Amino acid sequence: DEKKARGERSQKRDRGKTAPNKDQKESENKEKKTMKRGKEGENKQKKDRKNSISSSSNSSDEESLSEEELAMLKEQVEQKKKLISTMRNKPWRMVKKLSVLREAQDFVEKFEGALGKGKGKKLYAYKMMMAKKWVKFKRDFENFKTQCIPWEMKIKEVESHFGSSVASYFIFLRWMYGVNLVLFGLIFGLVIIPEVLMGMPYGSLPRKTVPRAEQATAMDFSVLWDFEGYIKYSALFYGYYNNQRTIGWLKYRLPMAYFMVGISVFGYSLMVVIRSMARNANESTADGDDDNFIFSWKMFTSWDYLIGNPETADNKFASITTSFKESIVDEQESNKDENIHLRRFLRVLANVLIICCLCGSGYLIYFVVKRSQTFSKMQNVGWYERNEVEIVMSLLGMFCPPLFETIAALENYHPRIGLKWQLGRIFALFLGNLYTFLLALMDDVNEKLAEEDVVKNITHWTLLGHHNSSAGNDSTVTPRPLDPADVPRGPCWETTVGIEFVRLTVSDILVTYITILVGDFIRACFVRFVNYCWCWDLEAGFPSYAEFDISGNVLGLVFNQGMIWMGSFYAPGLVGINVLRLLTSMYFQCWAVMSSNVPHERVFKASKSNNFYMGLVLLILFLSLLPVAYTIMSLPPSFDCGPFSGKKRMYDVIQETIELDFPLFVAKIFSYVANPGLIIPAILLMVLTIYYLNAVSKAYQRANAELKKKMQMQREEEKNKRNNKANTNPMLQDLEDLLTPSTKTESPPKQAEDKKMESPNGTSPVGKPGRGEVLPGSPMANSRGAAFTSPSQVFVTQPRTLGIRAPYPGQPRPWGHPLRPVPGRGRGQPCYPRAAR
Amino acid sequence: LGNYFQLFFYCLFLLVYRLHGRYHEMAPNVVPMDYTKDPDVKLPMQLIINMPELKENPFKERIVASFSEDGEGSLSFNDFVDMFSVLSEMAPRELKAIYAFKIYDFNTDNFICKADLEKTLNKLTREELTDEEITLVCEKVIEEADMDGDGKLGFADFENMISKAPDFLRYSLGNQVYQQKPF
Repeated sequence: DEKKARGERSQKRDRGKTAPNKDQKESENKEKKTMKRGKEGENKQKKDRKNSISSSSNSSDEESLSEEELAMLKEQVEQKKKLISTMRNKPWRMVKKLSVLREAQDFVEKFEGALGKGKGKKLYAYKMMMAKKWVKFKRDFENFKTQCIPWEMKIKEVESHFGSSVASYFIFLRWMYGVNLVLFGLIFGLVIIPEVLMGMPYGSLPRKTVPRAEQATAMDFSVLWDFEGYIKYSALFYGYYNNQRTIGWLKYRLPMAYFMVGISVFGYSLMVVIRSMARNANESTADGDDDNFIFSWKMFTSWDYLIGNPETADNKFASITTSFKESIVDEQESNKDENIHLRRFLRVLANVLIICCLCGSGYLIYFVVKRSQTFSKMQNVGWYERNEVEIVMSLLGMFCPPLFETIAALENYHPRIGLKWQLGRIFALFLGNLYTFLLALMDDVNEKLAEEDVVKNITHWTLLGHHNSSAGNDSTVTPRPLDPADVPRGPCWETTVGIEFVRLTVSDILVTYITILVGDFIRACFVRFVNYCWCWDLEAGFPSYAEFDISGNVLGLVFNQGMIWMGSFYAPGLVGINVLRLLTSMYFQCWAVMSSNVPHERVFKASKSNNFYMGLVLLILFLSLLPVAYTIMSLPPSFDCGPFSGKKRMYDVIQETIELDFPLFVAKIFSYVANPGLIIPAILLMVLTIYYLNAVSKAYQRANAELKKKMQMQREEEKNKRNNKANTNPMLQDLEDLLTPSTKTESPPKQAEDKKMESPNGTSPVGKPGRGEVLPGSPMANSRGAAFTSPSQVFVTQPRTLGIRAPYPGQPRPWGHPLRPVPGRGRGQPCYPRAAR
Repeated sequence: LGNYFQLFFYCLFLLVYRLHGRYHEMAPNVVPMDYTKDPDVKLPMQLIINMPELKENPFKERIVASFSEDGEGSLSFNDFVDMFSVLSEMAPRELKAIYAFKIYDFNTDNFICKADLEKTLNKLTREELTDEEITLVCEKVIEEADMDGDGKLGFADFENMISKAPDFLRYSLGNQVYQQKPF
């Protein structure tokens, strides 16, 4: 019912009629009410002015409109429109806003049509109507878009229970899902579908059929699980694709498409990651003023308004209290130099230890891989020798992260920064993992390449033999073609590579899900139910509930994506598997988090971690681009499988397409462009551009800092003027003190004592003015002047109420105390603010 | 309803409708379903601060009080929607700063004085800090943010300080009024 009434009202608006009587009466009532209750005087003034304008224009409506009146009216209409559009930014009461809005809308409606009088009125009115419709359409579209963001509610729920750092993982997951969806669309639409629809069907070519020897077991589940059998010879893998230059009646160039899609997968991912990083960098407002308002920000911005759960709220209160206490302690001992040195020493020590660990594990992996290569040559290898590499890797993956965490306790970082260090270190560890995997794969590939030559000969001779035998009797009849299942096959290393990646991804998925299930859910069930009959309190004591492991999950996601990028060229179906995985993972992990995890003890904000995750993704993207690029450029494709079979190198397909499909001059252009003489200067030019842009951006930053300093000084000037202090020169002020008698001896002492006590803390004298500079070096020299005058100002401004004008003469001023540009250095938490950005 | 869109940041018609649903369910006997006659209905503070979105917030009374017209915390529906609109993610920073100032100003004298700061701090930490710690923190805050030297924070000081805060805009009431979402 109410809905209908509202709909009616909006309909009436849209039809552009003048305001219905009911609304007019309402707005009149509201006007009366708001008149009584007018908030600020100036707002009332504004409204009065508007009323007078409308009344005057009412009167002029009857007369014919002259030029100036027309212009003036138009301007008023524009004003009203502007008012309408900025209405929501004004902090007025709702009722007031509604009335003013209605009035402005009436005015606009009334005179919009009128303005068109005499000058193509119909056209103007039509344009207005279209503009309005367009605005409405855009508004509806925005509504629709906001409603379409998937999983928004789920993520908000997680955020309210667990804080924003855990939610940032899920937002990252959702972003990843979006990217994968696009990649899947590309690959599926441009490669798989054309091959399935327009290419030769299964069984027509040797490469598309299961070999005779394997046909008996091709349908077994164990074989399918290993991605052999029918799955191996399907469109999911590289080997299925035919090397026909064009297929189907559309003359679709499949090999070319395959190659270009492979490249554009990387190109699109790169573009998306960089765009996301740039957007994050734009949003961050770190401008060097970070240390100025530590306590103020803690007081006014630390409460997370999204928390709706009592348990999380308790955690938040506790963490806020702890953080205040920490800052207070840091504030009180910020002058102790030993602290800094000790902390630095500890951090260096921790880093050294961890680097030793990483090197050790790297060498261990290398050693083990070498051994496994010798093992594979030996004859009877036991189970341990066969799986030694995997065992060592799993052990390293299990024990090193906790080891890193315990060593990191030495460093005493803020948990947000500690998280980043942890992420970085585990990342370095897993790179070792990656290295062994790739090495093993390359060995395999080289083996297969060697095998290929042998098989090529065999195939050739078999076919020849077959032709001879079948055409033996009658030489005029065309020989019966050999059944595709019988043709001896080459080893097809690309498909093998694809299969390896798919297997790795699938096992990774399984391991992750099972770990979540067992590590989180079963553990939670155990703690919950067995707690009744256990000696010690399971919930508070040993196993207790698991916390959500952000770093482990993020790294898992990032590495998984790296695998996908590496494998998608050789197994087009891999991206589809990943899309499914991400989709189920979202629901599964949301459920697991809500049902079996507890919020972290220190609920910390994840303000800018997103750029860090993007940085990791970018790194992995480059790392995964390298092997693919290498194989494309330097390894010859298999002779009997895949879209590039028969060519010397895979990228020859581009050459071929240019020669055969494009007009002649295009080939000439490309040959010129590909000339090294052109490419090297182009690269040099790009390097120079980067250098130039870098220098420009540095100059802007410096200019920014200078401007900020200037603003700071200007503010000080104004403050002085406001406080009626003519001179800021300390010398003159000392002189004044000598001249003016000690009328201010009684009350100042206590105040001055307080100030004295506070100043050794090192922050108040250098407090506001000097803090604008975080850059050492040149600004410091200038700021000495400003900083020197500032202490007197601080003393002046704070006890202003007592009318003190100068520091107490004879007081030991803190000149001797080092004026640091960043006085917050001694504090723990804000010590490395930039690392967090 | 187009009016509402231009005034609020919740641009969904559906959302205003749902807000009305939430408003109504807090006091079904008092709040009418039909708003065409613009009834003059206000809900008292006690009902509103029990909403799940606000229940855990230490400043809930202040939030509700600063959006209410009579200053005592009763919200009419317009005020209710206004509150959610300003607290939503899409409200601009300046507007949020204005209302944040009102929220933290406990004695409503348009200045955040030391007593206000102490009250804020106590609410934030549930009175777990000692008295010296409280004094120290409040003094530090005034020292950091007070630009015109009157010993308390005027709106200009507050705005200057909050505009540089990186986290201020992030923590606001999101679209938690949605009740049934497809995902």
